[in-house]
Amino acid sequence: MSAPLLAIENLHKRFDAVEVLGGVDFAMAKGDVVSIIGSSGSGKTTLLRCINMLEDFHDGRVLIDGQEVGYRTERGRRTRRPEAEIARQRAMTGMVFQQFNLFPHMTALGNVTLGLVKVKKLPKDEAISVAEKWLDRVGLLDRRGHYPGQLSGGQQQRVAIARAIAMNPKLMLFDEVTSALDPELVNEVLAVVRGLADDGMTMLLVTHEMQFAREVSDRVIFMNRGRIEEEGPPSAIFNSPRSQRLAEFLGNIRT
Amino acid sequence: MDVQYFIAELWNARWAVAMGTGMTLVISALAITLGSTLGLVVGLGLTYGHWTLRFLVRVYTDFIRGTPVFVLVLASYYILAVAGIQLTAFEAGVFALTVFCSSHVGEIVRGALQAIPAGQTEASMAVGLTFRQTFAYVLLPQALRQILPTWVNTATEMVKASTLLSVIGVVELLLSVQQVISRNFLSLEFYFFAGFLYFLINFGIERVGRYAERRVAVVP
Repeated sequence: MSAPLLAIENLHKRFDAVEVLGGVDFAMAKGDVVSIIGSSGSGKTTLLRCINMLEDFHDGRVLIDGQEVGYRTERGRRTRRPEAEIARQRAMTGMVFQQFNLFPHMTALGNVTLGLVKVKKLPKDEAISVAEKWLDRVGLLDRRGHYPGQLSGGQQQRVAIARAIAMNPKLMLFDEVTSALDPELVNEVLAVVRGLADDGMTMLLVTHEMQFAREVSDRVIFMNRGRIEEEGPPSAIFNSPRSQRLAEFLGNIRT
Repeated sequence: MDVQYFIAELWNARWAVAMGTGMTLVISALAITLGSTLGLVVGLGLTYGHWTLRFLVRVYTDFIRGTPVFVLVLASYYILAVAGIQLTAFEAGVFALTVFCSSHVGEIVRGALQAIPAGQTEASMAVGLTFRQTFAYVLLPQALRQILPTWVNTATEMVKASTLLSVIGVVELLLSVQQVISRNFLSLEFYFFAGFLYFLINFGIERVGRYAERRVAVVP
């Protein structure tokens, strides 16, 4: 196997005295689609947010394409990288949030072009054509001039996906992207995510959509109390859980 | 009331009143621009500063906001002089109003920035923008929309507070009118007229504010 696209080594994270990640290790290769499941408070979202340094972490390493994210170790001393460097590293990943977090004062097109112009330094017209390509891809080209307040939740989330993917990231992070949506809007967003998976995008998803995780993932990770409790192909995780906790978790969901 | 007599007197006093009005406009404009600029810095300090900076700025704003403007005006003129900083009445007055304005604007800016959901900063950072870019393109434009209505209010307060400069001898609108009244004793008429001019200035500011609000409204 070639070098993993994402490698997480012994990741530790505390909020004050509470340990939320207690030594997480895992790796994924280019093109992998991995889902993280687990009950709330198990550290799934925090893990995702450590990967692009929206959260600092206290120990361990995150490597994307072999590059250590957020910190540097020199002569045994671990230091946080300068903010500008971290900003550049963040552009290697794209993130989609539970609450969409579109910029309300910008149109759909403006939301997508902002990073292209300010981070990728694309000329305006080039940025617009890239953004339009992706808005078209998520089925919202005709809404490019709309503001987030004029879009439904599902449409907003699709714009948010376009905003992240237009930056051409190596890895996409999805944080419970359908949890804030009305049930009838979930499918349009999942369809977009599924399309990206089919295209071979490397994706890490935190999700409560078990059926979706089962269908779309190459691998599923079950987290419990800040650690990976069980990891494997969807069929193994969902059909024959080895740990007691996973069996309970799946049981609670199905009832 | 003899309207013709009043109009004649007003005509006689036209230059004095015009000069006073001009002075009020200049003082207000200076205090509002300088105070708002400083206030933006104060607001940034209150929101993003290291805790020591935040503490110092907090002491500054609370102290200034807890002091009557009148006292600030007198202090700038008389106390700074004792400390060896010799300002003219005009400078001292503008300084006092600027400081006063900055503490208010600082609080408005802080409130507006803190009202923006954390998800906005996170989404912007996740795209790869630096904090400076995030502030410029994501946070400030949203904060401005929040700030504008209250800021207009503060601006009109500054115009009203500029009357206090008459006490240290700055011949602004109020004092110029008082000087006119001391010659013709038409106190009721001229005070009323002064009130009308203040209303016009503040009405103008309010209209400009409304226009700006419409211009920056999220959905046009």
